[in-house]
Amino acid sequence: MTIRTLRDYGQHYRPRMACLKNVEVFVVEMQDPKSGVKGADQKLNVTIIPHVINGQDILAWIVTKMKVTTEEAQAFGTMLVAYGYIYPLQNHRKLVLVPDSTLYRFQTPYFWPVQKWPAEDIDYAIYLARRNIRKKGMLEPYEQQHYDNLHKWMNPKWDFIVMQATEQYKANKERKKPDRVVLDCQERAYWIVHRPPVLTFDVVRRTNIFLTQALMRSAVKSSVSLTAFVKFVTTHHNHDPFLTTPVPSNPWITDSDEFWQLNSRSVDIPTKLSVERWVLSFWELISDPRGRVDFKLFLKKEHSAENMAFYEAAEEMRWGAASAIPEKSQFIFNTFLKPGAPRWINIDGRTMGLTVKGLVVPHRYVLDAAQTHIFLLMKKDTFYRYLKSPVHKDMQKRALVPAPHVFTDAQLEANVRNRNPGVSPILQWQQEEEEKAAAAVAARPIDVKAMVATNKLDRK
Amino acid sequence: MCDQTFLAITFGPCDSCSENRPLMNLYIKTEPINYCSLCMEIMACQGLASGETLKSLKAESETLRKKLEEERKKLHDVELEKVAEKAEALGELNMKTRRTLKGHGNKVLCMDWCKDKRRIVSSSQDGKVIVWDAFTTNKEHAVTMPTTWVMACAYAPSGCAIACGGLDNKCSVYPLSLDKDENLAAKKKSVAMHTNYLSGCTFTNSDMQILTSSGDGTSALWDVESGQLLQSFHGHSADVLTLDLAPSETGNTFVSGGSDKKANVWDLRSGQNVQSFDTHDSDINCVKYYPSGDAFASASDDSTCRLFDLRADREVSIYSKDSIMFGAASVDFSLSGRLLFAGYNDYTINVWDVLKGTRVAILFGHENRVSSLRVSPDGTAFCSGSWDNTLRIWA
Repeated sequence: MTIRTLRDYGQHYRPRMACLKNVEVFVVEMQDPKSGVKGADQKLNVTIIPHVINGQDILAWIVTKMKVTTEEAQAFGTMLVAYGYIYPLQNHRKLVLVPDSTLYRFQTPYFWPVQKWPAEDIDYAIYLARRNIRKKGMLEPYEQQHYDNLHKWMNPKWDFIVMQATEQYKANKERKKPDRVVLDCQERAYWIVHRPPVLTFDVVRRTNIFLTQALMRSAVKSSVSLTAFVKFVTTHHNHDPFLTTPVPSNPWITDSDEFWQLNSRSVDIPTKLSVERWVLSFWELISDPRGRVDFKLFLKKEHSAENMAFYEAAEEMRWGAASAIPEKSQFIFNTFLKPGAPRWINIDGRTMGLTVKGLVVPHRYVLDAAQTHIFLLMKKDTFYRYLKSPVHKDMQKRALVPAPHVFTDAQLEANVRNRNPGVSPILQWQQEEEEKAAAAVAARPIDVKAMVATNKLDRK
Repeated sequence: MCDQTFLAITFGPCDSCSENRPLMNLYIKTEPINYCSLCMEIMACQGLASGETLKSLKAESETLRKKLEEERKKLHDVELEKVAEKAEALGELNMKTRRTLKGHGNKVLCMDWCKDKRRIVSSSQDGKVIVWDAFTTNKEHAVTMPTTWVMACAYAPSGCAIACGGLDNKCSVYPLSLDKDENLAAKKKSVAMHTNYLSGCTFTNSDMQILTSSGDGTSALWDVESGQLLQSFHGHSADVLTLDLAPSETGNTFVSGGSDKKANVWDLRSGQNVQSFDTHDSDINCVKYYPSGDAFASASDDSTCRLFDLRADREVSIYSKDSIMFGAASVDFSLSGRLLFAGYNDYTINVWDVLKGTRVAILFGHENRVSSLRVSPDGTAFCSGSWDNTLRIWA
């Protein structure tokens, strides 16, 4: 068995092949007649197969050579089998390294994975056709499936394929039996790696698990869901800049960014269109930063600002860094959940119990139940009161309806020259963070004792 | 957050191993059970029980599939075209290229908008990732990745960082700064590690988490700070080419599309595949959620775009024409969801009426394949990136 010298496998579209360079060096060493794994001739059925090694020896050799634990060696050995460098003789479909007397052989370098020729469908078709001839139509079920598929889409080439297959079959018959068996084993192993049996039982099981839960999942009538789409489109028609020209003008067309300035988060009076959008749903209201500011103002008047604060804190925990979770959960518990907390939220006993229990070992989704409860409370109750409140009604009256821009050609050219660079989002983010920090300080409960100590409450 | 998610237990002790983990809602026959993802895998890989064979399992699949089809058919009482008759007809649309962003030296593969509605990040085949202020067409930041074919890029919600990746199998995050002489490459942070190329990435609702999809057939959710894998999503049998996060109030699901012609909907918390659609005839190149979060559209190599209804669990519309023979590479909805913009491999962009199923406009201008297309966050314009090295803003 000649072992070819290693070539340089450059990085191309499948970069993981480059790492196999090291694996190949390793495999070459494994096959060294003096210092490699000891192989012997083995009788299999009627034929004697040369150079057979067993799983135990392979494992022991890897442990010694790489100086690793048995588990690591086991994992690496299984990789060698999975990639096709070593193939099992008996249970040829299970590509794992079993550390006992299970028999393996080294795959000929011709069939190593990094050889540049891809496992062509046409070669596979010839292989299957030849197998078909030999086994007289008794292919394994997954092979039969592949064969049928290939026959369907390679139909025009089929005569050629059968011809090649018959030629190879005849040539094979000339060979000596042991050589034939070895070659057959090698080829079969190669195709197991490159055309693995598609439908094993665990794939089918997974499909069944998926289908069972899909059946139990409730679905909605088409008439209901499709009507909802039409409703969504209709209600949002006026807000879609492609369908209704935005006022004062689309910044991309007139090069004036007034549209963005009028709809920014920190603007005093919002536009009428924005306010109309807030009415559409609670989610639209709090997704618009300006809308959220208005809603928080209303909550403060109702003395239920802790609901929104809890919602925001829970969102932060959910989407935040993993390392911040224990600290945040502690803060949220102390501020919102523990009995006598300064900003105690009003949720039902069962949810509170579940949440507090979960907080013992905090996980990012531990506040989900409480957060959903508060969100639904705000959505179904507070939102409607907000819509009827003087805060909102006042805003509706004061909302601006900017006049549409009418630019002359000269003005348009001037706009192009004077495009506003705007504020960098990084600066804006820093500003927002500072505002948040200030708001957090302001929301902290007043410590009466500290105030007395510093004489601030002293009235004179 | 609809009432359904409130009732479902998503985190707690697993029924099988009693560990506190995010739970999948599964059923054995009709009995609901809550298993963590590991126990579900163990259950699937259990050896065949007595009396079970591969054949009997396959037969069970067939019966379940037929039953599911029947159930879905009962709910299929009207077509979208019928319901869309109530919608008024669209007026004339007059869209033109308003900006052309030139600066990439090679094919533009991906782009994303910043939440400030005017900045864009784009990545190209030669490894360059550029942050533009599309309104003034100025380049603000640029970094050269050590890999070519940067197939995915994303802008962080805060506007302070970008993420990108491609053939290096990794997703790296670069924090942006206001320094004139910043060295972006020095501050690079490797977050995601896959075993094959990165095809898509997006930040979730904050800068701290990234969702990625890869050619190795999996998608994964990562913690940016520690690089820790938070959840992985297995189920595609070939490369995952695209993903999109749900815009709804729940924000708990995302959809992914792959070379196995399937589009799968996943629960972010438990890793469970909750819905699957496999009506496409070829690779799905792009998936995008409808603005309300109740549907999504897909673009595929079979030259069609399709709309899938998540609540009724079926495909409701196909956007195709005999004259369109080249694959669609990218799609996005306008703000109201009435228009669907799709970029194709025949260098054009087609604009479809989502409700009526007709094409309302065809836009020419690019000199090579349109590889990515996204509508700006406030819907005032959309940007298309192409293999002709440029990006165009249309309004």
